[in-house]
Amino acid sequence: MIDFDYAVPTSLSEAVSLMGSNGGSARMLAGGTDLLIMMRAGRRLAKLVVDAKSVPELNELSLTDSGLNLGAATSCKRIWDDEPVVQAYPALNDSASIIGSVQIQGRASVGGNLCNAAPSADCTPTLIVHSGVCTIAGPNGTRQVPVEEFCTGPGTNVLQPGELLVNIKLPSAPTNSGAHYLRFTPRNEMDIAVAGSAAFVQLDESKQNFASARISLAAVAPTPLFAKAAGDLLVGKPVNEESIQQAAEAAKAVAKPITDMRGTVDQRIHLVGVLTARALRKAVERAREA
Amino acid sequence: MSTTIERSSQYKVIGKDVLRPDGVDKVTGRAVFADDVHLNGMLHAKVLRSPHAHAKIRSIDVSEALKMPGVRAVVTSEDFPPIPEGIVKEEGAAFFALASDKVLFRGHAVAAVAADSPHVADEALSKIKVEYEVLKAVLDPREAMEPGAPVLHEKLNPMSFGARLEQHSPNALQQITSMGDIEQGFREADVVVEREFTTKTVHQGYIEPQSCVVDTAPDGSVTIWSTCQGPFRHRDNTADLLQLPQNKVKVIPTEIGGGFGGKEVPYLEPMAAILSRKTGRPVKITMSRSDVFEGTGPACASYMRVKFGAKKTGELVAAHLYFCFEAGAFPGAPVGGAVGIGLGRYKIPNQLVEGFDVVVNKPRTQPYRAPGATQIHFATEGVVDELCEKIGMDPIEFRLKNVVQEGDRNVQGVPFLRIGGVEVLEAIKNSDHYKTPLEGPNRGRGVALGFWRNGGGMSSCSISVHPDGTVSIIEGSPDLSGTRTGIGMQAAETLGIPFEDVRITVVDTDSVGYTMGSWGSRTSFATGWAAIEAARDVNLKMVERASSIWSVPPEEVEVSDGTFYHRDDGSKKFTFKQLAARLNATGGPVVGSSVVDPTRGVGPAFAANVVDLEVDPETGKVTILRYTVAQDVGQALHPGMVEGQLEGGTVQGIGWALNEEYFFDNDGQMRNSSFLDYRMPVALDVPMIDTIIIEVPNPGHPYGVRGVGENNIITPPAAIAAAIHNAIGVRMTDLPMSPGYVLQALWQQNGH
Amino acid sequence: MAKVIVNAVVNGEPVEFFCEPRQSLLEVIRDVLLLTGTKEGCNDGNCGACNVILDGVLVDSCCVLGVEAQGKTVETIEGLAGTDGDLHPLQRTFLDLTGLQCGICTPGFIVSAKALLESNPNPSEHEIRLGLSGNLCRCTGYDKIVLAVQEAGKMLTEAKR
Repeated sequence: MIDFDYAVPTSLSEAVSLMGSNGGSARMLAGGTDLLIMMRAGRRLAKLVVDAKSVPELNELSLTDSGLNLGAATSCKRIWDDEPVVQAYPALNDSASIIGSVQIQGRASVGGNLCNAAPSADCTPTLIVHSGVCTIAGPNGTRQVPVEEFCTGPGTNVLQPGELLVNIKLPSAPTNSGAHYLRFTPRNEMDIAVAGSAAFVQLDESKQNFASARISLAAVAPTPLFAKAAGDLLVGKPVNEESIQQAAEAAKAVAKPITDMRGTVDQRIHLVGVLTARALRKAVERAREA
Repeated sequence: MSTTIERSSQYKVIGKDVLRPDGVDKVTGRAVFADDVHLNGMLHAKVLRSPHAHAKIRSIDVSEALKMPGVRAVVTSEDFPPIPEGIVKEEGAAFFALASDKVLFRGHAVAAVAADSPHVADEALSKIKVEYEVLKAVLDPREAMEPGAPVLHEKLNPMSFGARLEQHSPNALQQITSMGDIEQGFREADVVVEREFTTKTVHQGYIEPQSCVVDTAPDGSVTIWSTCQGPFRHRDNTADLLQLPQNKVKVIPTEIGGGFGGKEVPYLEPMAAILSRKTGRPVKITMSRSDVFEGTGPACASYMRVKFGAKKTGELVAAHLYFCFEAGAFPGAPVGGAVGIGLGRYKIPNQLVEGFDVVVNKPRTQPYRAPGATQIHFATEGVVDELCEKIGMDPIEFRLKNVVQEGDRNVQGVPFLRIGGVEVLEAIKNSDHYKTPLEGPNRGRGVALGFWRNGGGMSSCSISVHPDGTVSIIEGSPDLSGTRTGIGMQAAETLGIPFEDVRITVVDTDSVGYTMGSWGSRTSFATGWAAIEAARDVNLKMVERASSIWSVPPEEVEVSDGTFYHRDDGSKKFTFKQLAARLNATGGPVVGSSVVDPTRGVGPAFAANVVDLEVDPETGKVTILRYTVAQDVGQALHPGMVEGQLEGGTVQGIGWALNEEYFFDNDGQMRNSSFLDYRMPVALDVPMIDTIIIEVPNPGHPYGVRGVGENNIITPPAAIAAAIHNAIGVRMTDLPMSPGYVLQALWQQNGH
Repeated sequence: MAKVIVNAVVNGEPVEFFCEPRQSLLEVIRDVLLLTGTKEGCNDGNCGACNVILDGVLVDSCCVLGVEAQGKTVETIEGLAGTDGDLHPLQRTFLDLTGLQCGICTPGFIVSAKALLESNPNPSEHEIRLGLSGNLCRCTGYDKIVLAVQEAGKMLTEAKR
């Protein structure tokens, strides 16, 4: 690995100032499970590595009436260890408990998964369907970006040189709502999504009709994909297999996958339909249990 | 779960689950593997690899790399002495002297840098400037056999796995064997099935990367600590390439973190020796995981065409097997072996086997657990399953009808001694698994039968008797999975002493006689035999000593079960310990030694599988529900370890069947050279493997031992393919049967 | 960057070491502290051979920088057996139930299983397989590893009673 400097800021302002130094060649280190591997392979370079784990704002995990404040460096393990968070956001637990393995989840952060901007990121679709909003800090202050606008391409995001992701805020889940994320992988664990789908649904009071829905897809576009139209078409529709299949077809229509070592275009589009239907069914089940 | 049948109880040590002598070190982290060796002043080296599948090397400029602080030396092929024609005895060993005029695959080693730290060595690689003239590459074996295909070598070495092959075309060697008249045979057949099959390149997947530490002394002598299956082959290859006498190269085999055929050759040691000579310091080279995938030898991909003909009553009458093994950049795919065992399990009066060893611009392949057999069985058992379906015969009954038995002749015309084909099939037939009906949609059951010849060859051993009656055994077989335990047990049994009184050590190439590597299911058989012979030598010498102590002729002294006694005089009796205590004062210590080459006693063996699985029709993913393997092991030395072999080999076979493959792009670059994307099974991917140990003693071995290690990987892909067909009605003809491929097959079936 | 001084507690002992920021915790453990029981299988978090417990959390030490150990506790395979040589129940059951073949993945499995049993003392077969999915073994097929972990769980539970 190419040599670099290492710093451990203890405040957000210090972190921002470090990220602005070194001509923009600084990188935030949270879990390191992507960054260190990529640096070792020469695919990411950094003159300065800034450890996020001593900055309080980056490590907050708090559940309030208004929702969840998820510090960018919070590990997956802290999520699945936090029973109230798991209860409130089961889909976030779905995502956090399938990234890599237990030992990866002990380190890997949800924010890092988002910043790494892999199309196959397992957390990002869940954050999207939960209408997550990113707080970004930089030399010119802070700004907010919806999660679905955060990634700009494979491995790239909206962060400008000197900026860092502080947290992701998820609004509190409304009544009669449920969400689920699932992916398809050839192995049962330790794998990368061939395709993934997150669904969030809110049912009406009778729990027989969709009041709102959001669907987001993994590994079928240059970025994690918000399939807005697929969710929108469910609004007002009865909860049944026909509605679910319509949404699944609409999700397939927006998927623009590539063929690579993990899957083919046809396979991935097909899987989007299968996974979206399965995600919706489970989300409905959770909404009805809620 | 395990069911053991035909358990023999005639032995005191053999057949017991004794505690392995290396166990405590391995569970506490004390065991020393090659990368754990730290020497004073040790440097770290990294290897520069070709970015092209096929290219001429115009020039290599290392000057910038040498200028880097911390860089101590660089080695290229120019640093190796010119190798006179014929001096390198092993096929293709010149490969280990780095690429000279051409690179032949992406990952071909070109240079190596030794530096103060691995990070500096790594950085320095990017400073080496290699000018390449890119050549057209050939990546498919069938294209490589066409006229006009890019040619890799001026000539091909005709030796493959001990068999001499004929030149077929510039990139291909061939071996053809036949028996009877296949045209006549197919005319006699009521049912004929013919299909094509392919399998992809797969890796052995040992968890420990190749690693060595090499120290070259000022007098030129070389000491090598290496994770290797065959220290003597490492020594011979290194001595050849460095033009050193063999006694100037000492290989110390460390503990070895898996091999499965992949650690038989010295990828790193010769270049490390030169780096050490240049710097006067020990040099360590440890491969990265991507180096292991791209720079070592995976198992060959294959294209196979199989045609079988049978009578309505189930007798096989004719078979034609045509296969191309993709050898990679150098010839040496296991064609000879596969020709020998390809059809060997069945009595087929008319047969033709045509095997091809084809070079392409991909990594030079190496054996992988029963080399060649898994590919061939996938194809031939697939056709057998289809024949059973067409004839309407139970797949086990069909195989029972055709399987070879004692007295039947193998391809070379030699009659089999007692073998366990019928026994393993009967065991599956009578298993709870096979007798329990499988229910549920998209579920299927498959069976398959596998056959492996096993190996013999040279091994050496010596045993020192200590005054307190304990003994030390030294032998030369690196212990991949517990072999030193089984070898020690055979010595203890022969000496009639408890296993706890035996200390067994795998030693370096200066300390024990020539011993072939730990491959070919030969170690417990052949080195075990060497231990038996060394123990017999000890017994002989102790009989002589007793006779001299008692002043009686040696022929009047007998030994049985660790007791030495006069055949007529009951007062003259020594236990092993009593006699051992007398040795030093009565003429000196006793050391028994042996050299064996028991090729004639090798016992071939069978394994049969039954598998239940479920296919997710929406995703094509296969879930293994239940798996039972029955294998004839001759005599289980250590039943726990034998079960472990069956379980582990089966799971490797499941990985090969379902997910594992090298994913090459059009430029010959492997795109999935990490454990993440190569996808070996994790614990959650497999169920418990039920094992049935069958003991049909090998008449060729003193304790009935047959090889155990390889047979178990042969059948899973075939059994799983049969089960998938049973589940969803689709014949799978390509490996791996990954979800995408199963899905595609389902789509085709549904006219999608 | 120059080497930095790191203070940590390794297997209960306070240690001070120098390391470059680019050195992983795995490199530090093996090459600086010379605790070579922790193994490198892939160096990218996909095999578990390098598992250690860092401040109570199971990690792949190849995915952690050595400098990140500052002020933290590290448990490696060498810390499991008692100082009097008594094996940890997991070490005992891996031995007794033939839960290893070549032994290269064994330290990682045992450390990983220790973390698993600490959070779930009586895991089902499925929970063990799930919990150990970050550890690759190529020799055993996992059967005997699963059984060894189950048995060690029972031993530990009984010892607590």
